[in-house]
Amino acid sequence: MAFTQEEIVEGLAEIVNEIAGIPAEDVQLDKSFTDDLDVDSLSMVEVVVAAEERFDVKIPDEDVKNLKTVGDATDYILKHQD
Amino acid sequence: MSSTNRTVVVTGIGATTPLGGDSASTWEGLIAGRSGVKPLEGERFADLPVQIAAPAAVDPGEVLPRPLARKLDRSAQFALIAAREAWADAGYEAPAGEDAKIAPERLGAVIASGIGGVTTLLDQYDVLKEKGVRRVSPHTVPMLMPNGPSANVGLEVNAQAGVHTPVSACASGAEAIGYAVEMIRTGRADVVVAGGTEAAIHPLPIAAFANMMAMSKNNDEPTKASRPYDTARDGFVLGEGAGVVILESEEHAKARGARVYCEVLGQGLSADSHHIAQPEPTGRGIATALQNLLDSTDLKPSEVVHLNAHATSTPQGDVAEIKALRKVLGDDLDHVAVSATKSMTGHLLGGAGGIETVATVLALHHRLAPPTINVDDLDPEVDANIVRDEPRELPQGTIAAINNSFGFGGHNVVLAFRTI
Repeated sequence: MAFTQEEIVEGLAEIVNEIAGIPAEDVQLDKSFTDDLDVDSLSMVEVVVAAEERFDVKIPDEDVKNLKTVGDATDYILKHQD
Repeated sequence: MSSTNRTVVVTGIGATTPLGGDSASTWEGLIAGRSGVKPLEGERFADLPVQIAAPAAVDPGEVLPRPLARKLDRSAQFALIAAREAWADAGYEAPAGEDAKIAPERLGAVIASGIGGVTTLLDQYDVLKEKGVRRVSPHTVPMLMPNGPSANVGLEVNAQAGVHTPVSACASGAEAIGYAVEMIRTGRADVVVAGGTEAAIHPLPIAAFANMMAMSKNNDEPTKASRPYDTARDGFVLGEGAGVVILESEEHAKARGARVYCEVLGQGLSADSHHIAQPEPTGRGIATALQNLLDSTDLKPSEVVHLNAHATSTPQGDVAEIKALRKVLGDDLDHVAVSATKSMTGHLLGGAGGIETVATVLALHHRLAPPTINVDDLDPEVDANIVRDEPRELPQGTIAAINNSFGFGGHNVVLAFRTI
């Protein structure tokens, strides 16, 4: 089952809210995890693992560094989901 | 900066304990003679021979925002809560630098625990076994490292003069405060946030302590289980929480017009070199620590009117401590109101030196010694003036108090405080 872009952003917003406490409505495509959403490098690992589970994708460590914004992560998940 | 023997004072206190979520409610509980011991609830404790503990009165999850709490071991959560209270109590309004009253390079933090992030370690091992490698939290190492509470408190207040974690089992909290005193004495810092924390209420530590025959198995009467000096005492009750003080050079405290609780005269240290876990039965090592305290400070035994004993409610340890006190203080012990506050809080291990320092400072401040509860039948070997059942008023004038902490490994730490 494939997720839509809207569903992925909504899911990421819930994950970021759980991990960093940022209000879900502030989690938008152009937002940087580190600069805007208070997700440091350790917490980013948590975001990635939670996203892998939720969207049934694998995000290898070497790809994580390219996921700067919510939009980057959403595109990655859209492209790699089954 | 000068590196002379500067006078060190206490300007702030904070605590979160089995009796209350802050130092005021903890003090109220101590004076009321309230026990914080309860039955352990939950399936995972079901098979244990010990079914009681003294959990924190206020869960840290209710105090700290969730995104912060989930990155901190429970011991660091307690430390942070107590440190925040102490920092504000001392009159600081923001981290060092932002609050111009203290420069970051002149501020230290020394917070200790006996066991470190043990619940994080054990819970994450469960995650590894049950959910696999990928699910192990990336925060595990900063959470389980024993210096985690100190480092997190240091980050909170922007301490850049040094952040340290001396570890000596149940003497850790007291050793941290002693270390902080030296940081100020030797000129390394003007202000230090110091104390102890512990969060080890988990089946494994309880099973391990119980198998050492160190814990009370008085499961049927939880509030009666911690009973230092009573003939029916059968071991300690595990508690959790933190106690933190703000120590400051007297000149720094004066310059900013701070309220001063009392002076910290110094510390006496020693090691038993007797057994890894058993107390030395004659109290030889404890006596050495007390003598070192008297030799290295201007404390006079006649000034000592109160003592917060280590007294964990174990058959051997409680008596060995009293023997040492009698040996060093002689007849002067007769006018010392001895309180064993673990009768109410349980034993916070590395947190004990922290919360008992807070209790000792408040006893001097209010001139009131907390009671020792559950002494229904005083052990005849306890040849000392134990404050039983009701709090006791302390004299007017200049008075001093001692706080004792001893740890597995034979570590002895004795701290002394005096009114100004």
